Amino acid sequence: MEVTITLNGKKITDSVDADMVLLDFCRKHKCFSVKRGCETGNCGLCSVLLDGKPVLSCSVPIGRASGRKVDTLEGLQEEAKKFSDFFAAQGADQCGFCNPGYIVNIVALLRENPDPTDEEILEYLSGNLCRCTGYQSQLRSLRNYLNSKKEAAPLDLEAEVYGADIGREWKHE
Amino acid sequence: MVRISEGSGSMSEFKRDRKDYHMVGKCVPKKDSNQLLLGKPVFMDDIVPQDCLVVKLLRSPHAHALVEEVKTVAAAKVPGIEAIYTWKDVPKERFCIAGQTYPEPSPYDRLILDQRVRCVGDPVAIVAGENEKAVDKALRLIKVKYQVLEPVLDFRKALDSEVLVHPEENWKSYGNTGDVKRNLLHHEEDTHGDVEQILSECDEVIEHSWRIKAAQQGYMETIRAYCEIDRYGRLHCISSTQIVFHVRRIIANALGIPKSMVRAEKPRIGGGFGAKQTAVCEVYPAFVTWMTKKPCKLIYSRKECQTIASPRHEMEVTVRLGAMKDGHIRAIDLYTLSNTGAYGEHGTTTVGLSGHKALPLYTGGCEATRFSCDVVYTNVQAAGAYRGYGATQGIFALESAVNELAEKLHMDPVEIRMKNIVREGMFMPAYFGETANACALDRCIEHCADNFHWKEKYPVRDMGNGKVRAAGMALAMQGSCISNVDVGSCTLKLGDGGTYNMMIGAADMGTGCDTILAQMAAEVLDCDVDQISVFGADTDASPYDSGSYASSTTYVTGMATQNAALQLRENIKKIGAGMLECEPEEVDFDGEKVYLTDGEKSVSLVDIATKSQVNNTIPVDVTATYSSPVSPPPYMVGMVEIELDKETGSIEILDYQAVIDCGIPVNPNLARVQAEGGIGQGIGMALYENVTYNAQGKIAENSFMQYKIPTRLDMGRINVEFETSYEPSGPFGVKSIGEIVINTPAPALAHAIYRATGVWHRTVPFTPEKILMSMLDPQWKEIDRRVKES
Amino acid sequence: MGYFNQYVRAESLEEAYGLYQKKNNFVLGGMLWLKMRKRPFGTAIDLSDLGLDQIEEDEKEFRIGAYVSLRELETNEALNTYTKGAFAESVKHIVGVQFRNVATVGGSLWGRYGFSDVMTIFRAMGAKVQLHHAGILDLDEFVKMPRKTRDILVSVIVPKKVKAVVYLSQRNQSTDFPVLTCAVAKREEGYVAAVGATPHLAENVWDKEGILTEINEESIEKFAAKVAEQIRFGSNMRAGAAYRRIVCQVLVKRALHTIVAENNGEEEKC
Repeated sequence: MEVTITLNGKKITDSVDADMVLLDFCRKHKCFSVKRGCETGNCGLCSVLLDGKPVLSCSVPIGRASGRKVDTLEGLQEEAKKFSDFFAAQGADQCGFCNPGYIVNIVALLRENPDPTDEEILEYLSGNLCRCTGYQSQLRSLRNYLNSKKEAAPLDLEAEVYGADIGREWKHE
Repeated sequence: MVRISEGSGSMSEFKRDRKDYHMVGKCVPKKDSNQLLLGKPVFMDDIVPQDCLVVKLLRSPHAHALVEEVKTVAAAKVPGIEAIYTWKDVPKERFCIAGQTYPEPSPYDRLILDQRVRCVGDPVAIVAGENEKAVDKALRLIKVKYQVLEPVLDFRKALDSEVLVHPEENWKSYGNTGDVKRNLLHHEEDTHGDVEQILSECDEVIEHSWRIKAAQQGYMETIRAYCEIDRYGRLHCISSTQIVFHVRRIIANALGIPKSMVRAEKPRIGGGFGAKQTAVCEVYPAFVTWMTKKPCKLIYSRKECQTIASPRHEMEVTVRLGAMKDGHIRAIDLYTLSNTGAYGEHGTTTVGLSGHKALPLYTGGCEATRFSCDVVYTNVQAAGAYRGYGATQGIFALESAVNELAEKLHMDPVEIRMKNIVREGMFMPAYFGETANACALDRCIEHCADNFHWKEKYPVRDMGNGKVRAAGMALAMQGSCISNVDVGSCTLKLGDGGTYNMMIGAADMGTGCDTILAQMAAEVLDCDVDQISVFGADTDASPYDSGSYASSTTYVTGMATQNAALQLRENIKKIGAGMLECEPEEVDFDGEKVYLTDGEKSVSLVDIATKSQVNNTIPVDVTATYSSPVSPPPYMVGMVEIELDKETGSIEILDYQAVIDCGIPVNPNLARVQAEGGIGQGIGMALYENVTYNAQGKIAENSFMQYKIPTRLDMGRINVEFETSYEPSGPFGVKSIGEIVINTPAPALAHAIYRATGVWHRTVPFTPEKILMSMLDPQWKEIDRRVKES
Repeated sequence: MGYFNQYVRAESLEEAYGLYQKKNNFVLGGMLWLKMRKRPFGTAIDLSDLGLDQIEEDEKEFRIGAYVSLRELETNEALNTYTKGAFAESVKHIVGVQFRNVATVGGSLWGRYGFSDVMTIFRAMGAKVQLHHAGILDLDEFVKMPRKTRDILVSVIVPKKVKAVVYLSQRNQSTDFPVLTCAVAKREEGYVAAVGATPHLAENVWDKEGILTEINEESIEKFAAKVAEQIRFGSNMRAGAAYRRIVCQVLVKRALHTIVAENNGEEEKC
């Protein structure tokens, strides 16, 4: 079956099996950021933007994506780079396998809602599972990014380290 | 400046006032963060040829059966199918897939494919083909005739059961003290003092059994490996593994080929948590590639990871805790029954931690302890290593018992701990006779109680509408390595332009060990962490390292790194001194230049690097190796506040406060994320991550649809802080952080639930149903379908 | 997983209907559940080009196309103004935004899944479905149709006869399948409670006796108890029947309290 998809701004025509899903199409075309973490639509690792909306690419039959626009993290690098350094600063990347999925979904969130509350962030990203971080650092990172654009908003940059023998101050010297 | 003094043996010591550390203790981003956050191709399936063979396994639907016949003719005819193997095609020598130092304590009880299948999901055939679709089709066409046998599913009935899990004659073991003909893999006893006598003198004895299930690690990147024949005709395996060197040995043993013929390598790893400390899948693609000489990959589905990988050992831990009315804990008797499942990976070793890494917490005034255990084979999924490694199970039991004691005595649980805990300088009989040289547990408790506002939150508060708020707490400890066993190594090399390469065999599985080891080297070499490029891990290129497990990388490989950096520093000074035409004793190195301590002359690191490549006999690549005679425990305390809906049994976590003593945190932000992640996993295990079997031994929670791990809406607010201590045997005073962090949620949550409802829960997970029904009916029990009612 | 031989983007409902008459063919919804099937399908019939992804509103009713996503149900202003956010509440716990962007209303209803949150709220609201062949049916009739019926779900019609509706669910974990779903509606005919994930398909219990004619603590308790008594509860891996029965009473009671609170608020405004 022939399909034509605008993948990261580039029109691609390809002959594929009818039952291919968008996830495998992306990987076939070297968009390796798109990962598979489960078979049941639960992990969010395969998130891509389909006509701008975040979807699970594991559940989009390729025929349905034909004629439409698909963006993966490969095509969203500049938008992602705006906030990804804040994640690196926290160590929130950890193993990295779930990163592309939630980074793409954050792009979608911020396009929809440029100044989300913590609750809105948690709800919007709840379909992106992560097993390494316990999620706290990801929220801190995004909050730091959003606060960095506001005057006098607080930033949480470093873990608190106390020590009877060292004292709180040594770390900052 | 750095002073180097020769310590015991050849080990030299790094002496710098901790206030002067410039790299250790700093929150630098991980070295791979940009690549990871921007989704670059760095994982196994991103970097291997897209057209390699696809390998999948046909799996047994029975928990116990003999394979009588496998009909593969129709399957072999599917276009694109390359090969199909059954038990008749594989080597007959048993091997062990646990990633442990040889000779492994785990038994040699596996074949690549066995005629006897011992649990649902045990492999029956290997299929390799050009693409997934063809392989799936072939799998559907293979017909297997089984002689179905009675399984033993209930681990409480496995010992001396008529059903024998491993009747075969060629089963062998280097480290077992059990009797395989009784389904007993391991038995152990460790007694200090007269436990029975002292228990009989106690005013209160708390005695119960607590159970932790075979919880799944839930790494995001499923188990996977790729194999090819390299340009020298050797087998090259690229695996998502924590243990490259063990993988090499395991593949060689399984295939019956020389170890020199195998090279194992790991790219970035999508999480491990111990699961990838077992070579769960590597032998299958290795066998296919060795037979066909073609590249192939095996990628486990999530279902396979949930049902036939290497979860936590299910354990039932029975504690008898004896104390006086004033809260003085005098004796602890702890017995563990552990379920290793169909195979024995990590069976003999995990169980030990349920005692050895729980009991020493109460070294304070404890006069006698006894730890004993049995580890049994059953016909369910084999267990493996999962963060906490037995300590999680023991601590759930012991910490719950201490909380029960406090409630019974109407004592504040904080107070009872301050009376009994281990403190710095104490000799710990129950911890292999080691001394707590660095222990800030007392400070952790005070600090955490302060952050949490324990005094205000400990009393139960009625919020109206059926909701109450309550608090619970727990302590934890772990080790920092396997003493006298683990080997860590590091190679450091000075290169062109005055930058360094660091080669390690430890595996960064997202935890950041590449980065924190580079921070340690940078501390000694007085450079920036960006000046050090890290490579690992590859059995051909890395110095030997046991691998990343047992919380050992920071502590053991860290010391090797420090020593390598010290040695390289000396060599740089030697070359510099030669260039300055003086003796090495007359110069020092400040990271940028070697200079005369009494004089003006200096030579830059760049020039030294250049000189090292011209007419030079002083090596600028050095390797240091380290093993530790001790395993200093990190300590922590966790306190949780919940809101419990007494009409539905639902729990909401409002606040989780933790304070950890991991010695000196090398990178506080990364240490904090380790802790938050571990607490998250602990919360999942405590509240909803369930593993249940049907009467045929099949696991119900076989996907992320049925096995629910926490989402970001389920975590509440977690706040982690550190109390530092200085561990004299660790590099820069460090201890470990990786595993301890998973241990407090189960006992702390059970405690909070008791406070809210008056009911103690002693089996995870504490689901809303369990909480509500046991409030209404104390006799209410959940059903275990694999247990046959007699 | 989820294999099929052919993909057809239907150009008309008639074409789709024709293709669907063949036994091994299937209509694509969100493909979230069907992809887990092991046996290969014949032809996948996609209705994407038929404009079924719209929510239309007129004075009498809402007409929700079968391809409207669950996310659209969550964010659609008209629908959520009319139900005071009950639709958003009914779907917001389903896995995640990306999942809800692909999951369709039609797929959720056609499968007649016991765990369906949307089935529960639609039943409470007295929704009808429009099938291509069979025409417009009450949801109550639709759920009784044989599962092998090879018709095509075109849209869901929600008559504007609901004075108030509140949706609540009980879950073991925030985005898990529900252990129990509950929607209580005040309709022109009286109060009705739909209870689902029992784990069977959602069913309605009407206040036939007029227990709630006068709403107070006592009548609310009584109605909640009656609902719990009339529904058939079962057990699955998420919870047992006894627990579900208790939670059912709690949710019905809480939903009614919310309706009362909302109504009082409005009366005060008037």
